[in-house]
This record gives sequence, C-alpha cells and structure tokens, in this order.
Amino acid sequence: MNISPKEKTLNMMFIMPALVLFLVFNLYPLIRTFQLSFYQWNGIDKEMLFIGFAQYKHILFNNPAFWKSMINAGYVTLLSLTLQNGLALLLAILVNRQIRGGNIYRVIFFLPPVLSGIVVGLIWKFVYDGNFGILNHWLISLGFENFKDFAWLSEIKTSLSSVAIVHMWKGFGYGFIILLAGLQTIPIELYEAAEVDGADKWQQFRNITVPCMIPVFTLVTILTILGSMQIFDLIYSMTRGGPAGHTHVPITKIYEYMSNGEFGYSTAMAVIFGFVLLVISFVQLFVSKKFNR
Amino acid sequence: MNSFKTKKQILDFITHAILLVVAVTCIFPVFWMLSSSLKTQEEIFTKMTLLPEVWQWSNYVDAFIKAEFGMYFLNSIIYTVVGVSAIVLVTSMAAYGFARLEFWGKNFLFYLLISTLLIPIPGVFVPLYLLLKKLSLLDTRTGLLLCYISGALAFGLFLLRSFFEDLPKEIEEAALIDGCSRFGIYWRIALPLAKPAIATLVILQCLAIWNEFLLALVVLQDKAKMPIQRGLMVFQGTFITDYPLLMAGLTIATIPIVIVYLLMQKHIVKGIAAGALKG
Repeated sequence: MNISPKEKTLNMMFIMPALVLFLVFNLYPLIRTFQLSFYQWNGIDKEMLFIGFAQYKHILFNNPAFWKSMINAGYVTLLSLTLQNGLALLLAILVNRQIRGGNIYRVIFFLPPVLSGIVVGLIWKFVYDGNFGILNHWLISLGFENFKDFAWLSEIKTSLSSVAIVHMWKGFGYGFIILLAGLQTIPIELYEAAEVDGADKWQQFRNITVPCMIPVFTLVTILTILGSMQIFDLIYSMTRGGPAGHTHVPITKIYEYMSNGEFGYSTAMAVIFGFVLLVISFVQLFVSKKFNR
Repeated sequence: MNSFKTKKQILDFITHAILLVVAVTCIFPVFWMLSSSLKTQEEIFTKMTLLPEVWQWSNYVDAFIKAEFGMYFLNSIIYTVVGVSAIVLVTSMAAYGFARLEFWGKNFLFYLLISTLLIPIPGVFVPLYLLLKKLSLLDTRTGLLLCYISGALAFGLFLLRSFFEDLPKEIEEAALIDGCSRFGIYWRIALPLAKPAIATLVILQCLAIWNEFLLALVVLQDKAKMPIQRGLMVFQGTFITDYPLLMAGLTIATIPIVIVYLLMQKHIVKGIAAGALKG
C-alpha cells in the first residue's frame, strides 16, 4: 500500500503534541544542562561567563562536600543492595511457597512503596523524635535508659543510618514484588525433575532459582542503585542534609546550589552525577551478561 | 511420612512468623500516624498509649481549614486529574501513531522519545526551572502540569505502543473502508480496546503525580497553588511541634492513595511487575 506524502504529514499530527512536549520539556532541558555546566551564571544577569571545564574541575578536586554527598548516597545504596534486597528475596521466596494468606502479605508489603516520600519521612521523623518519639519510649521501657532524649536524626553518628533504615522500609516491597513475579515464571517442572534426581533444597536454589533469576536480580539491582543514589524526598523531609551536612546526598547538593543561584555550578554537578549513574548501570548490565553466559 | 508432615508444619510456622513480623513493621508507622492524628497535643507530649483517650475528630476540621490542608488537597486533586487526563490523551495518540501509521522518521522519533527511560537525568529540575522562568510559567499550575505531563511521556509511550501493536488490525481496517477517519478509528475503536493498558497508566501516574514533591518544590512559591506534599512541608516548617495537626495532614494526604491502592492493587502490582520484567 502506497502512502501519499500528504497522508504521511497528516499522520504526524498524532505524535505532534507528544513530540513538541518532548522537545521543549525533555530534550531542550537536557541540552541546556550540558551547555550551562560550562558557564558561570546566577540565572539573572544577561551575561553568561564561559569558563570551560573550570566548574567540573572544582567539583571533582576542590569540593569535598560533593564527595561526601556521593559517599552518603553510596552508603544508603550499599545498605539497600544488601539488607533491603536480601530481605525482599527472602520474603519473595517465603510467599512463593504457596502459603495461606500470601496475597494479604503482598498487599501489605507493597503499602510503603505507594506512600509518598514526604509522608513516610514525616511519620518516621515523629517516630524518631528525641522527646516525643515512640522509638525512644520503647527503648527506655526495655531498660535502655541512655536513649532518653536521644535525637536519632540530629546525631552525626546515627542520622544517615536512621534515614537509610526508613529508605529500606519504604523500598523493600518494590523489589519484593518484582522478585516474586520473577520466581513465579520459573517452571515448576524444573524443581520436580531436580527432586526426582535427589537434589536438596539448597542445591535446587543454587542450580535452578539463582540462574533463572539473574536477569531479574540485575533489574532489581539497577533499580535499587538508581533509586537510592537519587534519594531526595526522605532526606528533605527528615534532615535536610543536616546535622552539619552529614546526610547530604547529590540531589540535595544540586538543589542547594541551585537555590543559591549557582545555576552553572549545579548543572555541572548534575552532569557528573548523571555520568556516574550511567556508568554504574552499564557496568552492572555488562557484568550480568558475562555472568549469564 | 509423619516426620515429613511435621517438618513442613515447622517450616510453615517459621514462614508465617517472619512474614507477620515484617507485615506489622509495615503497618505500625501508618497506624501510629492515624492514632496520633486523633490525639491532643498534650497527650502526645505526655503519654504513649497506642490509641487516643478521647478521639479528637476536630483535629481534622482544624487541619482542613486552619492548617489549609483542604486547599492543598484540592490542588492535588486538580494536578492529578488534569495531569493524568492529559498524559493519557497525549501518549495514547502518539502511541497509536507509532503503532499503526506511517510517517517520516518514525523509528528514529520513537526511540528518541523513549530514550529518557534508559538514561538517568538527575538534576533536570535546574534547566526546567530556568525554562519555566523564561516562558513566564514559573509559580503557575500550567508550568507544573507541563513538567508532569512531559515527565510521563516516555513511560506512557512505551507501555501503550506495544499494546496497540498487539490489537487485531481487522476491525480498524474494516472501519477505514467504511469511511471512518484515522482519528475516528483511534478515538472510537483503538482507545476503548486499550482500556487495560490505559488503566495501568492511569493508576501508576495517579500515584506518581499525587506523591510528587521535588518539582512542586522547585516550581511553586505561592501557597495557594501548592499540592499537598508541598503543603505538608510548609506546615511542618511553620508549626514544628503541632504533631496532631501534622499527623492529620499526613493522613489526609495518604487516604486517597491507600483507597486507590486497595481497590486497584492487582493492577498496580501486575503493572509494576510486568513493566519491570519487560524492560
């Protein structure tokens, strides 16, 4: 069937609204991010001062607070990858045992992920509160008297871990759902055959479950890394980067520089951070492909 | 056989014990929010009982009116309804175009439009802020909505195009012969058939817009236009220790989402699992 040029043009109308929105609100801001990162600009002046890679250099070599924020996000990510995803996998395996009430657990475990980051952050801020928080109340009734008035979110030693715990509380249900869906795609015949051959549960897990699940593990790992590195709402609602910058993460830093009118500097930071995220996900995909063979 | 049965029973018991502990951990903070929203401030400062002594329903009246959560709530409804409607319209039209019609640069444009799904772009709020400022859309509802709509393009297109492609072509071809226009076919035949996929898109985008905070923080200054997530932070910044009202506000922000979730949980869970495993 031949389609006339006129019809081809008319057909374009279907994608026009999406295309225009994409060009203006997705592509242009992306290009603008790169462009601005080479300029020193406060967002108000007519003149933008071209300074090449100076801001990149400054962020990478003279801005320990940026690196601190990367390490903080990395810490949250590492905890999520191990504790949170370990828990998610354990729970997925348990629910996959076809136990009674499995669906109720599924509904409950996915409740924290549908709540907003602000709501979760503010509830937990109240739970952690030094004076009126229920956490300290319980700890004191269990006999840990020294937790009286202990402000979890304002102490340098505990603030980041306390936020990380909330982040994992909010996030494990997401990995759980994906892992469970993955487990359910493994044909049951594989296990039956292994059973006949006399393989025990551990051997079945190692030789059937793990190899079948590698693509799903990869996916959950990438989603966890991207989600945890870009944590913002919880930090903003619980600590705003405090005490003394000890819970700052890259997005709160970018937001902070932007709020101070350092548009060029904040976009340079966004480019560096985006590049790091891209490298991480590519490495992860590459490693898992090698593993898979 | 007997020992096998008891072993399974023990395993089942341990399974339920673990699942139950985690389930309680998931629910308790939400329960604590509800319970605290019905206490007096004095009760919160002095007692730690699980339930309020006298249920203070008036906290919700105060939250809606004095703390202005009613206004924020209404704004959130507007952003969600308008935003999601626009997302469905714009992405379904484009997805239909990419699935069924011929035009110049089709494949290139499709991959360009969904490329944002694969490339993480942190900090894009900085140039968005500047763009809205240039367009005089900063601190406007339209500006925030345009950010939300364009942010959902890639996901909507990705989800709906494959759905349209899998629909049988015959009905559409018959309608074309009967003289129905291309737009008529999309609007009257393809769109109603795509209901399951659109339901998934609607639910996930409702959650996303209702819960969104960062863009609302960057774009809006005027309290009268703020969605509830932003309003919560404004309230918390002003009345730091008014916990009952804050908890009532949190509950107001949570109830719609929990209702939608409980009604639609099968769609949500399926949509997330399917979307994730496909990608």
